[in-house]
Amino acid sequence: MSEPTQNLKKTALHAAHLRAGARMVPFGGWDMPVQYSGILEEHKTVRSSSGIFDISHMGEFSVRGSGATAWLNGLVTNDVSKLQVGQGQYSLMLNDHGGVIDDLIYYRTGAEDFFLVVNASKISEDAEWLRSKAGSDIEFSDHSDLVSAIALQGPQARWALAKAVPGAPLPARFSVADFQWGSVPLRIARTGYTGEDGVELFFPNDDAEKVWDALISAGAKPIGLGARDTLRLEACYPLNGQDLTPDTTPIEAGLSFAVNLDKGHFTGRDKLAEQKASGTQKKLVAFALTGKGAPPRPHHPVYLGEEKIGEVTSGTFCPTLAKGAGLALISSAHASVGQQLELLIRDQRVPIVIEKKPLYKSPSL
Amino acid sequence: MNTPTELLYTESHEWARIEGDSATVGITDHAQHQLGDVVFVQLPKVGATVAAKASVAVVESVKAASDIYAPLSGEITEINSSLESDTAQINQDPYGKGWMFKIRLSDSSQTASLKSASDYSALTS
Repeated sequence: MSEPTQNLKKTALHAAHLRAGARMVPFGGWDMPVQYSGILEEHKTVRSSSGIFDISHMGEFSVRGSGATAWLNGLVTNDVSKLQVGQGQYSLMLNDHGGVIDDLIYYRTGAEDFFLVVNASKISEDAEWLRSKAGSDIEFSDHSDLVSAIALQGPQARWALAKAVPGAPLPARFSVADFQWGSVPLRIARTGYTGEDGVELFFPNDDAEKVWDALISAGAKPIGLGARDTLRLEACYPLNGQDLTPDTTPIEAGLSFAVNLDKGHFTGRDKLAEQKASGTQKKLVAFALTGKGAPPRPHHPVYLGEEKIGEVTSGTFCPTLAKGAGLALISSAHASVGQQLELLIRDQRVPIVIEKKPLYKSPSL
Repeated sequence: MNTPTELLYTESHEWARIEGDSATVGITDHAQHQLGDVVFVQLPKVGATVAAKASVAVVESVKAASDIYAPLSGEITEINSSLESDTAQINQDPYGKGWMFKIRLSDSSQTASLKSASDYSALTS
């Protein structure tokens, strides 16, 4: 689990985190805040008011050039051509076998101009993959080292934004807008990873503390990666590297809503078409403990009677649900909602039940 | 961090309050702070015989599970069952309401193996 602590990258908000009393941990090669006041309290803050997350470790790319739409559409699962300028979508980038390289959100920022946001730990792999596929008509740029980002999330997020950045536009869900805030060029996307309403703000590194401080002054509380994980898990958003792997397809992961098999060829499509037609061996399901018990953790085995049918990919104590819950990759034969199963946690059988996704749906969405 | 001087400590961050041949055991303020919010506790069984430095309980935070070791050898005489429904007591009052179990010591001379508050504070500073 533990990564070496030297040579960790620091975001432009590193000093601000230390001033706010954060406990820092290594995450994807970065020294990031795991918590400030405490994970349970931070989780509750985002579910009830508003919180801000430093997401500067995430990657930002731009793609432009004549044919950029068709090119990108050949590399991702969702249908890029459906996007109007200013709209974005959740999508996945697959290997040739239909396994997940990364999940990402991209926005159409011009007719043949796209802004991509990818996972921190996959920046170089994604960039290399995209560059290797780009012809001379595609201009690909990796802005990750120049761009900082903050996610402002929670039912009160829109009011905190309005207070911190007077006149800021509030784009529709999954849409993006640019706004010049004094000297600060802000890109505002109505997206997030918490299951709450909110925005993700992108801006140059030099402006990071200014944006952070303005949002704190507007009442948003700093939230660490610990609560980010419990929030996203209740919303059943997968984490790449844990719930998604190069051996897991989006069909198996229950992400068919982000797959368009009718748009023409894209990398990994053949495998997905085959699975769509004849089903999958395994399925990523949401589950919850049926009683009190130890929180589930990644790799805990899942049993039906004496038969091991899969394992937990993400699990923890979910604060809003007030019980252990998570995601597990299990045999499709036993993956129906309501199915009773057991986890093996430290030699004890712990009863679970397969739940409908998401585990928690916010009234703010 | 709060480190009461009347208690004895282990390198694995348990505390023990010695009263006659009985030791009340919990985790230190430093430990609860490092763990963060405790969300699950698995306590030993009353009557179990435990050996010093053996894992006898588990405390889980949102992020991780941590073993709790018996500071001393003996028999478990009492457990704090109220922790099972109110795990936050470990964070809020680690040396009081957050106590975890009591051991009847097999040999009271073994307390010499534990650390004083000042030695423990030096370890965690």
